[in-house]
This record gives sequence, structure tokens and C-alpha cells, in this order.
Amino acid sequence: MSDKPERGAIISGVAQSAIGRRLFRTDLDLTCEAALAAIADAGLRPEDIDGIAAYPGPTAAPAGFAGPGVYEVQESLGVDLHWHLSGLEGPAQISPIIHAMLAVAGGLCRHALVYRTVTEATAAADTGRLGIGAGSHEIRGFGAFLIPFGAMSAANWLALYARRHMHEFGTRREHLGLIATTARRHAAFNPKAIYREPMSMADYLAARMVSDPFGLYDCDAPCDGSTAVIVSTADAAHDLPHRPVRFEAVGTAMRARPSWDQWEDITTMAARDAAAHMWTRTDLRPADVDTAQLYDGFSFLTLAWIEALGFCGRGESGPFVENGRIELGGALPLNTWGGQLSGGRLHGFGFVAEACRQLRGECDARQVADCEVAVVGVGGGPVAGCMLLTR
Amino acid sequence: MSLFLRPAPALEPYTEAFWRACRAGRLEFTRCVPCGWFIHPSRPICPRCRGRDLTVAAVSGRARLYSYTINHQRWFPGQPVPYVIGLVELVEQPGLRLTTNIVNCPLDRIAIDMPLRVVFEVVNDDIALPLFEPAEAP
Repeated sequence: MSDKPERGAIISGVAQSAIGRRLFRTDLDLTCEAALAAIADAGLRPEDIDGIAAYPGPTAAPAGFAGPGVYEVQESLGVDLHWHLSGLEGPAQISPIIHAMLAVAGGLCRHALVYRTVTEATAAADTGRLGIGAGSHEIRGFGAFLIPFGAMSAANWLALYARRHMHEFGTRREHLGLIATTARRHAAFNPKAIYREPMSMADYLAARMVSDPFGLYDCDAPCDGSTAVIVSTADAAHDLPHRPVRFEAVGTAMRARPSWDQWEDITTMAARDAAAHMWTRTDLRPADVDTAQLYDGFSFLTLAWIEALGFCGRGESGPFVENGRIELGGALPLNTWGGQLSGGRLHGFGFVAEACRQLRGECDARQVADCEVAVVGVGGGPVAGCMLLTR
Repeated sequence: MSLFLRPAPALEPYTEAFWRACRAGRLEFTRCVPCGWFIHPSRPICPRCRGRDLTVAAVSGRARLYSYTINHQRWFPGQPVPYVIGLVELVEQPGLRLTTNIVNCPLDRIAIDMPLRVVFEVVNDDIALPLFEPAEAP
């Protein structure tokens, strides 16, 4: 596939705003901070940007979730566009990155700014975290068959997946705990991480239950922050102030019912299909991957991604993560920035930023030696998208 | 006293018949006449054979527990916890599932594959929710 569109684009810049628990700054303010830093990181000026894309764009969602719309950002930066896009439906939160790659490779624009911004910590400062649909007597759409039964969070919807996986394969809470405690160990090396203090397996197991088998530390940490990446034409690679990050392959497939509770085999997720699709677009294999940045909105999702990507067999992800295999220095260093469990719920883009920095060799104490290939898998349940990135 | 009440579904074009049947004490699904497939959530076409000749058919209300979670988190002020969220599979068709609550069962007796039967909790004049309890007394 020498002419695949992945060859036509690169990630030329990446940056993040301040990241924290309650910054009390607006989503647009954080986005402008990240965007200007990413543009500078790519060696560009704001007026070079001619595409903007975001997830999800304006949508009816709990406060702090959506971030600013594409047109607010365009107006704020004062740029003219050849291409623009946002949307909730697509291959998970990295959908706008994948589509920016296609737009750049297809010649619609040359330099696309893509961002994801959350202010969920500040939004919850007054109310505490409410369930989806709390207080509503008019639940519409797919939530009508979930929310009235108190299944008011993805924590509930995905706990059902985790429980079934435990039932069929003997996966244990300690396996989920290894995702959380390993992420915490890695977060100690990330100055921007939300939780950096040590957490033992005993600490993990002693935390209060949320929706079993998920306890508090199986759930990611709501935060405020913006991540921006610049997707540029591959022609720009030689002008960069640093090494380019290349798209080797993307995966976008969805081959079962697109539903949280009607997904046929809930020991798997849409990750299974996206990952299989990705591997059809490259000659690289799982053994070639130097670091994996895999979604951990809930700890179980990471286990499901490990299986989906073929790092182990179906049902074998629990034993796979034992014995330090996913730690820095192990065979598959995982979520080296602390993941969303400890680094903060940047909603997918934290994994992208870390993959780029690892490939550029900028990770200091948490750097994976000779990192040439990184995989990013984002999403849970019936939502998934993935990318294989190289330097 | 809670400022919030249990969230309730809206009556929408393809779901209204489901909720009203529950209110009348029946569990009914849209069913494809040519191929017999139960379609849930209801759609105006059968996703298996693309048939457009659809009807509504009652099921037995018998199911097995496919997965479950015991929820401890209060998702709104005053919400009673813990409660059991179950994903149940109706006996009539593989994969015909409902997310629901398992009621009238001690928490330590909940187990995947346990046989269940439907009971209905009235929400208002139009709507009842299908909940499930053990098919045999625990």
C-alpha cells in the first residue's frame, strides 16, 4: 500500500495547555493556549493553518465535555480555512485526526489544527459528578434503554463488559489493578499528571466501589486541559524543527451492532474491528510496537485493547499484564504518561500526545529507548479508532 | 428529600409501543413478519432480512442474566444505592437483550446465567419499566 493516504500526511506539531483539576479557565482559553503552542512546535505561524477539526464539536452533553466548536476557534485565531470538521460520530475521539490526515493527503488543506478540550473538573466543582440524564424525564435515543435503569454512566455500561470477561476468562480485579497501578507508577515521571503519588495494589483494592468490578481507581480522573496536534502535508516534513511523526496505518472498522448493550460479544469491543482493520493497512506486526498508548477511561478497556491489537490471545490480557510486561523497561511499555487514570481524562488526545513525544524522543525519565513504532487505541465499548505511528 | 426523581424515558415514535405495552403488563418487541426476527430497539426495517412488514409480538418474559454490575455510586442526589444493573438475554432469541435492574434478589445470590422473569415497575400513566427477578424463589 505504498500509495495509501497515510503516506501523504504527518503530525508536525503537538502541545498541551495547562492541565489540572480545577483551573477555572474557559475551554476556549485553554484551546487557544494549546493551539498556539502546537503551531509554534510545528515551526508554523497561525496564518499557515488552513484546516481545523475537533471532537466532538457542539453537542448536547454534560457541562465541560465538549470543548469549543471549530468556528469559535477559527474566529479566535483569525485564520482562513480550506477545510473544517467536527462531530461526535466516527472512529472515537481521534476521528478528527484521522480525517485531517485524509483531508491533507487529499489536498483539501496543508496544515490542519486538531484539538480536544475538556473542562470537566471545573464543570463539576459546584455539583459533584452527576450521572448522564440526571433529573430528566424525557430521556431520548439510546439512553432511554439505559438511564431509567440507573445505568447513568459509561462506568455502568462497561462494568457489564468487564464482569462478563471475568466470567468467561477468569480475569481478576488484580489484573484491572495492574493497569491502574502501572499507570500511576508512570505518572510519577509526568509533571503534568493529575495523580503522581505512589499507589500500591492494596491501595487500589481498598478504594470504594463505583460499579463493580470498577472501584474508584478503575475510573479515569476528570480534569481540565486541551491537547492540540498539527497534521501537515508530508511535503513539510523536511522543514520541521524536530523529527516528524508519520502515520503508518489507521483503523476505523465497525463490524457489529453499534450499541453499548446490544454489541454481540461484550468480552470484546469495537476496538477488535478497528485494530484488525489497522493491521490490514501495514506490514508491521504487533511485535514491532515499541510502546502502546491504549484508552483507559476505565481500566478494563485497556485489557480489551491489548487483546484487540493482538498483543495476546483472546481472553489472555489479564495474565499478559503480569510480571512487569507493561511497565517502562518491560516488553510493552503502556500508557507511559499515566493514562487517563492518573494523567487525566484528556479524552483520547493524551495518548496521541504521548505517542508523538515518545517517537520524538522527548520523554526524559519516561522515555522508551529507541522508540520507533507507537500504537494509539482510543475508545470503549462500541466506539473505537486506532493509529499506528512511526518516526 | 431528593431534588431529583428516577429518570424516565420519553415516548418516541419507535419506542412508544414498547413502553406502553410494559405499562399494560406485557413485554413486547417489534418482530419481522417474513423472517421472525425480534428487533430491539425497534426500527422501521428488519436489519437481518431488510423486510418492511413488521408487527409487534409478545415474549414470555423469561430471560437469563448475561452480565451484571452492582452500582454503588449516587448518580444524582438522594439516589438509593446499591442497586443491581443487569444485562439480560430473553430466551426467545440469542442476543435479544435488555439493560435492566435485577430486583427481589439478595446481592450475594446474583450470578451470571441465573434464570429470570420480568416484573414491571410503573413510572407514570404511559410508561412502566421492565425489571427482572429470579425465576425461582432465591
